[in-house]
Amino acid sequence: MRYFAPTTVEEAVGLLAEAPGRKVFAGATDVIPQMRAGRPEPDGLVDLKHIDRLVGVRKTATGWVIGAATPTSQLTGNAELSAEFPGLCEGAGLIGSDQVQNRSSLGGNLCNASPAADSVPAMVVNAMRAVIASGGGTRTVAVQDVPTGPGRTTLAPGEFVIEFELDSAPANTGDAYLRLIPRTEMDIAVVGAAARITLDASGTVTAAALALGAVAPTVVRVADAESALVGKAIDDDVLAAVAAAASAACNPIDDKRGTITYRRHVAGVLAKRAVTIAAERARNRASGTPSTNGGSH
Amino acid sequence: MARRLINCVVNGDETDFLCEDGDSLLDSLRNEVGLTGVKEGCGTGDCGACSVLLNGRVTCSCLVFSPEADGATITTVEGLADGDHLHPLQECFLEGAALQCGICTPGFLVAAKALLDANPNPTESEVRYGLAGNLCRCTGYDKIVRAVLEAAAQMREANV
Repeated sequence: MRYFAPTTVEEAVGLLAEAPGRKVFAGATDVIPQMRAGRPEPDGLVDLKHIDRLVGVRKTATGWVIGAATPTSQLTGNAELSAEFPGLCEGAGLIGSDQVQNRSSLGGNLCNASPAADSVPAMVVNAMRAVIASGGGTRTVAVQDVPTGPGRTTLAPGEFVIEFELDSAPANTGDAYLRLIPRTEMDIAVVGAAARITLDASGTVTAAALALGAVAPTVVRVADAESALVGKAIDDDVLAAVAAAASAACNPIDDKRGTITYRRHVAGVLAKRAVTIAAERARNRASGTPSTNGGSH
Repeated sequence: MARRLINCVVNGDETDFLCEDGDSLLDSLRNEVGLTGVKEGCGTGDCGACSVLLNGRVTCSCLVFSPEADGATITTVEGLADGDHLHPLQECFLEGAALQCGICTPGFLVAAKALLDANPNPTESEVRYGLAGNLCRCTGYDKIVRAVLEAAAQMREANV
């Protein structure tokens, strides 16, 4: 296996075009364990971390651009991003230990395509877009359109994610991500739930997004929960409808972390809680109170 | 394929070593540089026994390809002491018997140093979460957490 460290996107595209058996990597926190577990070694590994555009969190006139290979510790360590998108940073911050956080990236978490990827539901509710290097140019797609199943994505051979685009949050908007794991830290989600809520001055929901992880082959948007929220003030009846819709949207597996029945139930519980936290943050933002870090670690 | 020459700074010393492209930094540090304080536990980034500081950031060296170390600054457990003077963390681990078999200890010390570099006055909870990437199967963690808190207190006092 050969190692390459290109310094431009064009150079990386060229290296991948030269030999089809080459793969890109950022932090290697998935690729090395997979090689150790017996997956075939790629012919070559293209390290994306030396390309300036792929590493860093940048504020733009309309929002944020996050390099696909940026260590997730740089997201959680960015006070301004964490204040505007606490849910996104909660999800990104749950990918492994501090050791892993200094290597793991949004691009890797998305393209490894684990159904339980912790950063993906919050990327989806925040309508993030992936800018993909493709042949001679780039194409931009919604994050939710990248994974197609465990370990599979819509990226063609030779394509890779350069960066993610994130629009500034509208006024009175909050997001949140919660997951359930069997212990308090360092495990894979049994269920993950991300919510984003926008309120008007009277507390009525004007926009809602809910996405679940680890309950289907890919991240799941829960349209029925979103339509149950929009136009309403959040009360127990609305939250019950959100929970029912979330449970119904699941298509989970039975495994050692949880049964199908358990996952469906927990998806409803976490969906309610994530919506509640996101709405609380939206209210606090309206009143100028800083976001609270109410998520589980 | 020819072996690759890597130049880096390890524990303050200019160091070079040869590696295959697919080698892990863990193996190169142990077998080529001779720093056997870096331990292999799981080899998959779960246990933290191989923790090093890579450009100041705590990282599992088993999850780093050796060629990535070219031009990097690396600190291993061997770099914590100042000559014959142990680091306060090392002193507190000894005093508090915060180790039994010892294989996890170098990783805990390096991760604890990174933790205290970033947060000189952590709560017990912050220490427990901060060291969640390091597994110990002997101590039950309590003595480790207390040793880190004690070292933090001593280091704050020394810096006043």
